[in-house]
Amino acid sequence: MIFFWAFVVGGLICVMGQIMFDVFKLSPAHTLTILVVSGAILDGFGLYEPLIDFAGAGATVPITSFGNSLVHGAMQEAEKHGIIGVVTGMFEVTSSGISSAIIFGVIGALIFKPKG
Amino acid sequence: MADEKKKNLPPEAQKYQDFQTKREVKRPLLKNCIKAFLVGGIICFIGQIITTFYIYNFNFTEQTAGNPTTATLIFITMLLTGFGVYDRIGQFAGAGSAVPVTGFGNAVIASAIEYRTEGFILGVGSNMLKLAGPVIVYGVFSAFVIALIKTILVQWGGF
Repeated sequence: MIFFWAFVVGGLICVMGQIMFDVFKLSPAHTLTILVVSGAILDGFGLYEPLIDFAGAGATVPITSFGNSLVHGAMQEAEKHGIIGVVTGMFEVTSSGISSAIIFGVIGALIFKPKG
Repeated sequence: MADEKKKNLPPEAQKYQDFQTKREVKRPLLKNCIKAFLVGGIICFIGQIITTFYIYNFNFTEQTAGNPTTATLIFITMLLTGFGVYDRIGQFAGAGSAVPVTGFGNAVIASAIEYRTEGFILGVGSNMLKLAGPVIVYGVFSAFVIALIKTILVQWGGF
């Protein structure tokens, strides 16, 4: 069942992005930024975690989860170290997305040649 | 605001603008949304398969399996971007391929490959995060503000 909800929820988040593209005529960069910030806000209210339990990858794969895990890492460290933890813990949970994008980006640049 | 802009233009330009707005191709909203829904849904579905694989084979929990899933998806994106397949998916799917984390990966990897001709330090190194930069910058900043407010409320407000 979680496969079905992953499909539906992930699809719906993409439709929201498509609406921002087409109706509000935003550039992809603006759209993605808005989605990331809204993911962070949702986690601020504690609403993103239930969505992950409900939809699995439908909530973790869209870029909104990036904002969610940034807040999450910051909050985890904040519980241990107080205010300083907010700054130091930021990338604790979310590092995999950025680091793998950078790692595979460099590997890709080494392997592939740009096309026309 | 559009009217204010119009007033400052010469009459021919105003006429041209009216003409342009009439001729502008209407974006087929419903069709685009359905495409985005299907492709985005399929990407998340594949993500769920990978997540399940990691939970059952490598002792990840539901919460932590998101990280290796992201890395795997970005690896697949690297191959698709390198062979030029992801661009085609993107033309078809619009936001359906841009919103999942694969779109973020594609933005990084595509600019890395594209700027390779300008050298590895000044080309790849400095242009890689050009498109993905805003996402990281505002993601981090908004997360900082939110986590700060929350911490202050929890620690000093006693919530």
